[in-house]
Amino acid sequence: MTILVLAEHDHQSLKAATFNAVAAATALGDDIHLLVAGADCQSVAQQAASLAGVSQVLLVDALQYRDQLAENLAALILAHAEGYDYILAAASSVGKSTLPRVAALLGVAQISDVIAIEDAQTFVRPIYAGNALATVRSADPVKVLTIRSTAFDAVAIGASTPIKELDAGPDLGLVRLVGREVVQSERPDLTAADVVVSGGRGLGSGENYHQVLEPLADRLGAALGASRAAVDAGFAPNDYQVGQTGKIVAPQLYVAVGISGAIQHLAGMKDSKVIVAVNKDPEAPIFQIADYGLEADLFTAVPDLVRELG
Amino acid sequence: MKILVPVKRVVDFNVKVRVRSDGAGVDLANIKMAMNPFDEIAVEEAVRLKEAGVADEVIAVSCGAAACQETLRSAMAMGADRGVLVQTDEELQPLAVARLLQAICKQEECRLVICGKQAIDGDAGQTGQMLAALLGWPQATFASRVVAEHERVTVTREVDGGLETLELTLPAVVTTDLRLNQPRYVTLPNIMKAKKKPLVVVTPEALGVSVAARVTTVRVTEPAQRQAGRLVADVAELVDRLKNEAKVIA
Repeated sequence: MTILVLAEHDHQSLKAATFNAVAAATALGDDIHLLVAGADCQSVAQQAASLAGVSQVLLVDALQYRDQLAENLAALILAHAEGYDYILAAASSVGKSTLPRVAALLGVAQISDVIAIEDAQTFVRPIYAGNALATVRSADPVKVLTIRSTAFDAVAIGASTPIKELDAGPDLGLVRLVGREVVQSERPDLTAADVVVSGGRGLGSGENYHQVLEPLADRLGAALGASRAAVDAGFAPNDYQVGQTGKIVAPQLYVAVGISGAIQHLAGMKDSKVIVAVNKDPEAPIFQIADYGLEADLFTAVPDLVRELG
Repeated sequence: MKILVPVKRVVDFNVKVRVRSDGAGVDLANIKMAMNPFDEIAVEEAVRLKEAGVADEVIAVSCGAAACQETLRSAMAMGADRGVLVQTDEELQPLAVARLLQAICKQEECRLVICGKQAIDGDAGQTGQMLAALLGWPQATFASRVVAEHERVTVTREVDGGLETLELTLPAVVTTDLRLNQPRYVTLPNIMKAKKKPLVVVTPEALGVSVAARVTTVRVTEPAQRQAGRLVADVAELVDRLKNEAKVIA
């Protein structure tokens, strides 16, 4: 079985989710090709060559991949798709935008957010905000899958895989990147963090969100997250949103502060190892899934928690 | 410019679905159905573009059983001008829907498709991108801001790590994220008016599209339920348990 995995990167280094996507590939076969497409991304290819389980790094260095846009990435994958039994990417914003295009042009299904691989053609994926798990079977000659990172342990590094340069695909020229506003943060990446401190509507304002949660996140070395209600209210930026339609996280420790626990939110964090909920409403649904619930006013409990942690 | 807005009939977002005991799916008997929330946002955006004079006509299209007519009526009550139902009782998967929409798009000569980024039942999130690829059009997924002119559309997208703004040459496909707009409430007069708007029914066969399923569902199961934990008395007990019982902090 030959597997193509689309590497995701920022031209400096690989995104953590790529390590998980390669891990999923190792469950499908052992001829794994990791495609690094970008403009001036030699250092990423070097890093890709160190991933355990990868048998070949494919490097495509051309200007039309600088912005990592789906149209040209899909056309590139398509140009090199022959001979592959599987095409994989992380279920990130790039993977989710690109792989459906690839599948459509190959005339095959795409299977989203795979959380388990049962056999060569059978996969498990969540539906209905994770309230049900569907085991699906594809008879397509090429299986195109996006991989939910939290479900597969990252592969190790230490290998030294050969790098092969490939020809660029067409530049479709249909889209132009006008700008990016990347949220700069010293904190770990939300989807890869060991600890996540997440805030909800209970915080009352953006000012409170930062004043209350940041000291705790600092102490725990945590990423910051938020419920949809908190993001909609403007307390936190959109890419902090955890849930069915936001980020899916599964840290060692998830601290939910002032979050009631709508099913859409639970869908994004219920696979966390340990869940702590701080909420003054004893009826809040979050308490039904929390390992440790503290029924308290968050405005005193969270500062107390920071002090107690020392 | 004509805008096409695909709308899907799904289980209402407030309903917590139950997995059927025979593992064949989720229990849909007597469950409240509604328009997929992301599609409502798409209808709203299209109607606003019409109100702003950028679009001439908004066409809502739904693919599925006869009951999808209700969903089309809802879209028309929000302001869509007419509806097209591609009627079939087959289970439709994203590629089949994308092919049906491709056929409708060509028939109607639409220049812009605005659709939801995902449906909250299957959570696949594929149809818009597949449609764009089949048509050879550019796409902007996860839109939080759309500025459309006659030849181009500028879209701000919610991506991992922040926001990204793209300029697309029309024709194009845009998929909506949650914060693009707040869909309007439909009023009774508009519901009445919607009943008189044209709604045509076509079939996949008439469009020359095969909708055969490519993926079969082997079974549907309940996810592992988390054990409800314990309430702790105070912050000191919480810290003690996190350190000594769960061992997740040092």
